Amino acid sequence: MNYGTITKISGPLVVASGMKNTNMFDVVKVSDLNLIGEVIEMHGDDASVQVYEETSGLRQGEKVVSTGEPLSVELGPGLIGSIFDGIQRPLREIVKLCGTNLPRGIEVPSLDREKQWVFEPSVAVGERVFGGDIIGTVQETDVVSHKIMLPPDKSGIIKEITGGTCTVDDVVAIVLDEKGQEHGITIMQKWPVRKGRPYSKKLSPKEPLITGQRVIDSLFPLAKGGVAAIPGPFGSGKTVTQHQIAKWADADIVVYIGCGERGNEMTDVLNEFPELIDPRTGKSLMERTVLIANTSDMPVAAREASIYTGITIAEYFRDMGYNVALMADSTSRWAEALREMSGRLEEMPGEEGYPAYLGSRLAQFYERAGRVESVGKNPREGTLSVIGAVSPAGGDISEPVSQATLRIVKVFWGLDSSLAYKRHFPAINWLTSYSLYTNALSEWFKNNISEEWNSLRDTVMLLLSEESELQEMVKLVGIDALSPEDRLKIEAARSVREDFLHQAAFHETDTYTSSHKQYLMMKLVCEYYEKSREALANGADINFISSLAVREKIGRFKYVKEEETEDEFENIIALLEKELCGEEKED
Amino acid sequence: MPKEYRTISEVAGPLMLVKDVTGVAYNELGEIELQSGERKRCRVLEISGTDVLVQLFESSVGINLSNSKVRFTGKQMELAVSEDMLGRVFDGLGRPADGGPSIIPEKRLDVNGTPINPAARRYPEEFIQTGVSAIDGLNTLVRGQKLPIFSASGLPHAELAAQIARQAKVLGSDDKFAVVFAAMGITFEESDYFIQSFKDTGAIDRTVMFVNLANDPAIERIATPKMALTAAEYLAFDKGMHVLVIMTDITNYADALREVSAARKEVPGRRGYPGYMYTDLASIYERAGRKKDCEGSITLIPILTMPEDDKTHPIPDLTGYITEGQIILSRALYRKGITPPVDVLPSLSRLKDKGIGEGKTREDHRDTMNQLFSAYARGKECKELMVILGEAALTDIDKLYAEFADEFEKTYVSQGSFADRTVEETLDIGWQLLKILPRSELKRISDKYLDEYYD
Repeated sequence: MNYGTITKISGPLVVASGMKNTNMFDVVKVSDLNLIGEVIEMHGDDASVQVYEETSGLRQGEKVVSTGEPLSVELGPGLIGSIFDGIQRPLREIVKLCGTNLPRGIEVPSLDREKQWVFEPSVAVGERVFGGDIIGTVQETDVVSHKIMLPPDKSGIIKEITGGTCTVDDVVAIVLDEKGQEHGITIMQKWPVRKGRPYSKKLSPKEPLITGQRVIDSLFPLAKGGVAAIPGPFGSGKTVTQHQIAKWADADIVVYIGCGERGNEMTDVLNEFPELIDPRTGKSLMERTVLIANTSDMPVAAREASIYTGITIAEYFRDMGYNVALMADSTSRWAEALREMSGRLEEMPGEEGYPAYLGSRLAQFYERAGRVESVGKNPREGTLSVIGAVSPAGGDISEPVSQATLRIVKVFWGLDSSLAYKRHFPAINWLTSYSLYTNALSEWFKNNISEEWNSLRDTVMLLLSEESELQEMVKLVGIDALSPEDRLKIEAARSVREDFLHQAAFHETDTYTSSHKQYLMMKLVCEYYEKSREALANGADINFISSLAVREKIGRFKYVKEEETEDEFENIIALLEKELCGEEKED
Repeated sequence: MPKEYRTISEVAGPLMLVKDVTGVAYNELGEIELQSGERKRCRVLEISGTDVLVQLFESSVGINLSNSKVRFTGKQMELAVSEDMLGRVFDGLGRPADGGPSIIPEKRLDVNGTPINPAARRYPEEFIQTGVSAIDGLNTLVRGQKLPIFSASGLPHAELAAQIARQAKVLGSDDKFAVVFAAMGITFEESDYFIQSFKDTGAIDRTVMFVNLANDPAIERIATPKMALTAAEYLAFDKGMHVLVIMTDITNYADALREVSAARKEVPGRRGYPGYMYTDLASIYERAGRKKDCEGSITLIPILTMPEDDKTHPIPDLTGYITEGQIILSRALYRKGITPPVDVLPSLSRLKDKGIGEGKTREDHRDTMNQLFSAYARGKECKELMVILGEAALTDIDKLYAEFADEFEKTYVSQGSFADRTVEETLDIGWQLLKILPRSELKRISDKYLDEYYD
């Protein structure tokens, strides 16, 4: 066993000498407190270690012992429904062992060693298996069937395989490799977090990730396997938007990383998710969720690790053939952790003190998303979508983290504080946001929701952009100076904003809108616009059109329950026609 | 007997370099003894080989490189705590400052605290009635929340904070409460205002004060919030009290942090503040909250003054990213004579949704709150338009909105420093104001509540 001694301590950075036999990125145990750290630089005999725990009380000359392994996570049954810290220690277990505050240097296995699982083999003795092949399943929760895969670096012939109850440590199969060596396979495997899990090929995304959030699904959709960024100043609703997606997205697995954010937000998820029912499975949302928490008061170095821990877990489920959605809130805190370590290492800073490699690290992280075909002889198709929140200083996205993120992501949901002040939520600005998947997904919407979907979407977008130009004009010359057609556009756009885009996350019906209902809602607003335009052409008065009683019904359509939407839609269309005809008769 | 070192080799600003030191721990507390016998406190900031960089908590006046001695105590910075702290005044480093005797400690606590396990937090959801409409009605405070007041020089943040401390109560409960007050770099007058206000209400007997005034050493302030929160944690989680912590002024604290960072020649982040300021502030603010299996709670109201009224300045900006909302005071409202001058649109309480509604405040609270916000936002837009184009340019409905915005400021927000409104009063005032608008405009309110309250 190699060990070195501490020569320098500066915050989370510890330098130890006598370490020349250690590898880069090996995990080390620092001092008798057994603090966990990772080697991030080597200079001759000296290793720079970033320590994942508070370093108060460390002394010169204390021991630093290498474990000889890179930072890894345990992958196997027991992940779902758990909450881990940045280096995958189970926080609930720690509460049981140590009480309400986090101690240092505690060692708790990531996955429960005692818990019994029922393993059902799906390969037979004598069968040839390759790395990544599914050799059986464990029903982890009511919703998630956990596929047990052969670790990617193993292959050979199944010599023995046993079903039945087992723990994550029990050997359930023995594989004989080409060299005649036997390998015991457990239902758990380990994987280093800084290395992406292998896949056989990457594919272009083609299906949308349906989130039930109207502004997202209808205007700026994200593809399954795509990446999106939500930048916004504080109070603009980043976290609520992330929570809404985590709750309602049609993903099989959700990995939520609270990275340098508030402790109460994680508590909120922990309280709320078990009680929320997934509309697709009828089961609790917690049965598909994995949580990683490094709250802002937890050690800063572990923040850097937390997003890698999260994405490795997400990749593991992707390899099973699931659609996985990963939320990282917030990547800015992760970047700040990088900056802090970089400063301690006395590296030459790039912009605003961030290290020069900020952009490439971010790109590497986001590029682990995608739609892929897994390795193994029966390849499965899985997707990993990543949604990263960015917290730009002062809400100004010209800062380095936002800019580096925008270079990579294809969907940008720009949050706007002026919308938030008006309590227009989600405060996603429709003029600055974009989705580069719109074209790729238009086919899917056309085939699965409605032929008209794309043209309705275009009408809505056009109304919104024309409105902003018209509003400029109104500010200069007043609303009376506009032509009736333009005033109608403003009225219709207002209806789009208030009746369609505005969505109350805390309202029981409004919190989730199916794609079909979204289509009906867009259709209602567009029908109002089209029909009114005709009426206007036939000489109707704009004041009459803007004060139709039916508009209140259109406004309340979002609160109509999913099963009643079809009837209510017909009623409103009929009413609209009746009211407009009434005017024409009077003339 | 701890070793004494006479090897101070450099003193610059708040930093001091000691050579040939062995066996000290990172963050350990040290003591410097001057020739005169005077003692000063410091802590280990960095260890590099046998060189130790220490940060002083007091001014460096009188330190002599050849005959001052340094001792390391083997401990972290600690605070002696006991229930006798209530009613006492301490300096920024936790030493009695009211002429009274030292505290006989029940125990000594490390002031740095340890992070709360997020799996062991209890979500704050008990409504605190502050008696201030702009807070209770629109930016509701709950027990265990951290809700800062973003102010600026010349605005009455002290009055608002004192009003909250005076009036705050949880309806239908008479739990034990305490106030912890931490003053960092404020003037004697401001500090005295708080003390007087606590005295007037008798709250002084349940108050612990840590006072670092403007003329006290700036670097002492770095420890002050940690002292205050350690005392608060003891009272809340050991003694089961509901503790309201008021800290003023965070801006001075952040400046002291910058001073140390600059002296260390660290790469600065924005505006010269250290890159780790987010983490540092979070380690203070995140100590607020509630825990499972603990009775008490810590509700934190930090006050900060925004330099140049700029909300995007790093101090308010980073604070806003950590705290659960913010109450923003506005100079424009203050000039109009509105007290408290709370600018409700950019203000926010993130935890309000769990603290309001049936059984907590009233069932119509959420809907009216949303409606008031959006109506006031639209009213303000209309008023802007009116300034440019004149009243004639507004439609009839827009005129109503403009009227609503004026009335809202005058009757809802403005209530003076001594009015204590119940939440029902606040909600009813809201309904009175909404009646200015026609019913069809109130889209954010369910028909059920409109039927009951509007007509």
